[in-house]
Amino acid sequence: MKSLRKREVIGFLALTFMLTGLYMAFIYAPTDANMGDVQRIFYFHVSSAWVAFLAFFLVFLASILYLRSRSRRWDILAYCSAEIGVVLTTLALITGSIWARPIWYTWWTWDSRLTTTLVLWLIYVAYLMLRAYSEGSRGARFAAVFAIIGFFDVPIVFMSIRWWRVQHPGPVIAAGANGGGLAPPMLYTMFVCLAAFTLFFIYLLLLRMELEKIKDEIEHFKTTSGGS
Amino acid sequence: MGNLVYLFAAYTVIWVVLFAYVINLSFKNRALRKKLEALESTKKGKE
Repeated sequence: MKSLRKREVIGFLALTFMLTGLYMAFIYAPTDANMGDVQRIFYFHVSSAWVAFLAFFLVFLASILYLRSRSRRWDILAYCSAEIGVVLTTLALITGSIWARPIWYTWWTWDSRLTTTLVLWLIYVAYLMLRAYSEGSRGARFAAVFAIIGFFDVPIVFMSIRWWRVQHPGPVIAAGANGGGLAPPMLYTMFVCLAAFTLFFIYLLLLRMELEKIKDEIEHFKTTSGGS
Repeated sequence: MGNLVYLFAAYTVIWVVLFAYVINLSFKNRALRKKLEALESTKKGKE
């Protein structure tokens, strides 16, 4: 009951921030001089990508903790976080592609940022498939090792725009002394959208983890009832 | 004006996907809760 209340509060906060972020992205933030209104996709696109990275970092951390402790709660956290990470990466890929069409005149290009992100998506889809087709603690162990190795693509995705010459826009938030950063209203909008997606991620994670716990309870119930 | 179509398409995709995911989780959650309650009441009935 207490966790339900906590989840509801986080859900309400997430919705409030989402609506504020939407208002800021469409009304408050100025129109980009080069790209025009289509640049406004950036606020939700970047937020979904960043929170997906956070989700995969949690998968990485929870998988290590699961291998150390073999505690089911870390396994649940890794599994649920991976699923939400895949949903958010899907959104980042789709919205990026929609943005690319009027700006690059193509839906997709094999740029290193786009390619490494697609690889990341495939890695975690494979992780979810592994989870779906393997059962018990052995399957969970395999998945944990897979998730730990798979996480190494995240820093590659993050650094790809710094390491290689890419078509994808360079870092704009931490642009540094070379300029090219965002105007303050755009930056504030970005932070509100980022907070909205982080809160929404926590809400989804709590909801998804509860589902997994109920499944466990049913399984436990069936086992104990069958045995008696 | 042409670019606005892409802007609305992107935000529509985001909202539809997130909304569908939340609804899906909520429905599954409710169904599993009902199943658990049914199992519990069956057990109580047997006792």
